[in-house]
Amino acid sequence: MIIAVASGKGGTGKTTVAVSLALAIPSGSTTFLDCDVEAPNAHLYLEPKFTLHKDVGLPIPEVDEQLCTACGRCAEVCQYHAILVLAGKVLVFPELCHGCGSCTLNCPEDAIREVPDVLGKLEAGPAANGINFARGMLNVAEPMAVPVIRQLKNWQPFPDSALVIRDVPPGTSCPVVESILGADFVLLVTEPTPFGLHDLRLAAQLVRDLDLPAGVIVNRDGIGDSQVDEFCCEAGLPVLMRIPMERRIAESLARGQPLVESSPEYLPRFQELYARIQSLIEANGKEVQLAQIELVS
Amino acid sequence: MKLAISAVEPHINSPFDARFGRCAFFIFVDTETHAWEASPNPALTSGGGAGTQAAQFIASQGAQAVISSSFGPNAYEALQAAGIKMYTALAGLVENIFGEFVSGELEEFSPPPDSGNNTWQGRHKRSRI
Repeated sequence: MIIAVASGKGGTGKTTVAVSLALAIPSGSTTFLDCDVEAPNAHLYLEPKFTLHKDVGLPIPEVDEQLCTACGRCAEVCQYHAILVLAGKVLVFPELCHGCGSCTLNCPEDAIREVPDVLGKLEAGPAANGINFARGMLNVAEPMAVPVIRQLKNWQPFPDSALVIRDVPPGTSCPVVESILGADFVLLVTEPTPFGLHDLRLAAQLVRDLDLPAGVIVNRDGIGDSQVDEFCCEAGLPVLMRIPMERRIAESLARGQPLVESSPEYLPRFQELYARIQSLIEANGKEVQLAQIELVS
Repeated sequence: MKLAISAVEPHINSPFDARFGRCAFFIFVDTETHAWEASPNPALTSGGGAGTQAAQFIASQGAQAVISSSFGPNAYEALQAAGIKMYTALAGLVENIFGEFVSGELEEFSPPPDSGNNTWQGRHKRSRI
């Protein structure tokens, strides 16, 4: 089972929730993936010992000028405009290249070969509570996070886990979509403010478009207004947990202490949350089955 | 010489568009005859790489110089490779900006100086797996 913890708005408590959920589940059965490759921070709470490292990147075209006739076919087929033919010469813009391979495939002279550029790295190792921890790190100044996230998801440095928790980057752009794709459930962490609501709407729309079951966690409960609750009600999104705005919680998080450690009363609440998610996934599976049966008959 | 000017509307009296890659139109002006024609910028709705696409477009139209208000690092590299001179203007009508070009008032664009960590000089410095 794969649970993605996303939010829309940044700083709502994705990592707080993802870390505490991972710590609340019996040890030895959980993999934690920090998919926020532009600013990973879950390691601050779960303190993994990284024993495995791997460079990851993208295949970038390299042109053999001896063979190239500057016909322009490569520039024509590149939908990212990462390869141009100007004044009889081929120009490659590595930062724009998505590594799709179209230019190489379409070159009539076989003048292009692909060489892998490093965009970032993957790291993995054992963390607190027997958690298998892995994260991606995008290199500074690199604009494209998706290839690193995709390779983090496909990397299998650990034996199969019963549960995979993905800590998703903020926003609703491509890195978020990539981090959520393939998950069985999406936990949306928000705060009850106009900002929280604005981005929750976008994130909820994204999850709906991906046709995934989801639930909401209201963090910093007690501030703001009731509009997030009203939206969840309208959108049919269950509110699965509320974490109140308390100075005590903020202080221990700032010290690097996970919520379930500084406030052990949250342990059973996160275990209940996990059980709730399991039953929501099951209910969703039955709905899908029913819909399929209806389609067939 | 054929000169390209980024514009909001498809005519010589159009307001100048400050963006190069994402301008709505290019007005191509013949600097000898002052004849002009407007073309929609194919890079306007591009998902990515608008700067390089717009550079390739004006190169394919035979432009030898271009006026916009600024150029990004990719567009700059592409325009340089194509041998297209870049000039900068601030705002106004395309016709007036063309007049300023003719009277030699416009400055040639120069990339920002190396600050050690800016994106102009920091690009293309990847290692290979």
